[in-house]
Amino acid sequence: MTAKNMTATGQLVTRARRRRATRRRIAVGCLLAGVLVAAALSLMIGRTFYPPGDVLRVIAGETVPGASFTVGRLRLPRTVLGLVAGLAFGLAGVTFQTMLRNPLASPDIIGISYGASAAATFGIVVLSWGGAAVSALAIVAGLGVALLVYLLSYRGGVAGTRLILVGIGMAAMLQSATNYFLSKASQWDHHEAMRWITGSLNGATWEATLPVVAAVAVLAPVLLGHDRELTQLGLGDDTAAALGVRVERTRLVAIVAAVGLIAFATAAAGPIAFVAFLSGPIAARIVGPNGSPLLPAALVGALLVLVADLVGQYATDTRYPVGVVTGVLGAPYLVYLIVRTHRSGGSL
Amino acid sequence: MTQPQLVADGLTAGYKDRTVIEKLDLTVPPGRITAIVGANACGKSTLLRSLSRLLRPRGGRVLLDGAAVHAMPAKRLARRLGLLPQSPIAPEGITVADLVGRGRHPHQRVLSRWSAADDDAVADALDATETAELADRPVDELSGGQRQRVWIAMALAQRTEILLLDEPTTFLDVNHQVEVLDLLTDLNHTRGTTIVMVLHDLNLAARYSDRLIAMVDGRIHAAGEPGEVLTAANVETVFGLRCEVITDPVSGRPLMLPVGRHGARQPAQPAG
Repeated sequence: MTAKNMTATGQLVTRARRRRATRRRIAVGCLLAGVLVAAALSLMIGRTFYPPGDVLRVIAGETVPGASFTVGRLRLPRTVLGLVAGLAFGLAGVTFQTMLRNPLASPDIIGISYGASAAATFGIVVLSWGGAAVSALAIVAGLGVALLVYLLSYRGGVAGTRLILVGIGMAAMLQSATNYFLSKASQWDHHEAMRWITGSLNGATWEATLPVVAAVAVLAPVLLGHDRELTQLGLGDDTAAALGVRVERTRLVAIVAAVGLIAFATAAAGPIAFVAFLSGPIAARIVGPNGSPLLPAALVGALLVLVADLVGQYATDTRYPVGVVTGVLGAPYLVYLIVRTHRSGGSL
Repeated sequence: MTQPQLVADGLTAGYKDRTVIEKLDLTVPPGRITAIVGANACGKSTLLRSLSRLLRPRGGRVLLDGAAVHAMPAKRLARRLGLLPQSPIAPEGITVADLVGRGRHPHQRVLSRWSAADDDAVADALDATETAELADRPVDELSGGQRQRVWIAMALAQRTEILLLDEPTTFLDVNHQVEVLDLLTDLNHTRGTTIVMVLHDLNLAARYSDRLIAMVDGRIHAAGEPGEVLTAANVETVFGLRCEVITDPVSGRPLMLPVGRHGARQPAQPAG
């Protein structure tokens, strides 16, 4: 059958698909624009306001009196960290949620972020490590927690609910470990501590930011390259396998890449509360349930972190770390999700 | 279309420390409808999963036209052999057209765009299952019978020569059971698709299959035309159920009437 003599149903299918594709393109375009605007605002706004022209000149490498230091040295690393950490959390979160077919299965709910966070505090406070060593430790711990949660919830196959409950328990344990290490660090000020408890972009430096940029540059294409396979896993492992998806391999790649993203981002910015958890569901609301949620969720993650950081810094007289703001957003949604699943009679 | 030869050769399969099927030989008749029946946990689903490479055999081989299916590239096999699992999961909010489109996965390359051939296959599948008018509806909102037709449409969009179905009529009302089996028969007649399905209902299995396979404890107890396989003696062995088998006045196929302890017109005679 050729396009010329397509059946009525054929035309219907083509039209509906084009409509969905257009909607998706518009939604993704809007998200991208939102991310760019939020990033631009975060470079412009501060104790001193710099117009877009100054900001662009600084980014282009020109020397602008005042702006070069404030924007180039102070604000740019913070904005870039917010951007890449948001992308990383959003992408990692939706990967887990899609793969395990449950919005509660996000890496921050099931302890992976807190594993990376606890390991990072341990590395900094107890071992006095820094930089790449801390990132490496956070990644190993993140993978370790992922493996541990998997093994503890394994009983002739992994059921989503068991994995989530084991993960929540693990998250609580790891958070108390983080608190314990922080209590050992008497000289640390409150702001620094908050980074490891809820996540913060305070004190973002290029040294902290560039590893996250590198991680996103390498791992995001890996995950986006497995877009279709990951989306197919949403049909259940058997159906996906019957459709030619190499389930085990896809899952392995996805877990390693997603945990890597989470760990790098957490090592730099702390476990920014609920961003991984919220991005996927928000993205699904925006682009609709059809098609892959990966790219939209990554953009939503970046948007959430950048906007929440702006709100945390400038909305009130007190400056709050970004994680406090995202925490305020995320907690009610977590409650809503649990209430809703109970009402519909489903399990977690 | 050349007739695909799907063969299990000395197949042994199971889970963890439990062997479910042992040294099973089976040749799926090409271009025909095969129904597999048997008591719970007799290995029906395990056999289906092994045939479709979802389960790696412990021993023996599954061959499609002489090539081991477990060594074949996943997508290439998925273009020839489809499987509809017992309870597939529809992602929340997904629409019918998109779900059916998911069946095109094995035909798409990593970076390729959606093609006109994909649209045609989806449209064909929607037409064949009479689900075109549901195309834009979310799958969550459909009735059980509609949903099962949509899943079959997804498997049809895959355009395989062989289609395996694990209990496609479970959870359906009797009218929808018949509807689904009629649909599969149409598919077999018009496209020559080889169909292998696990069914619970013996009478429907006898009516809708060309070949009936009865399994006991991971072995094939009887295989052949429904008239040869659905006998009182076989039902007694396979299900441990006493029954009478008469000729179905509608189809001329065998019809099994169970004899329980209650409900018979005359009390059941004590054995012996």
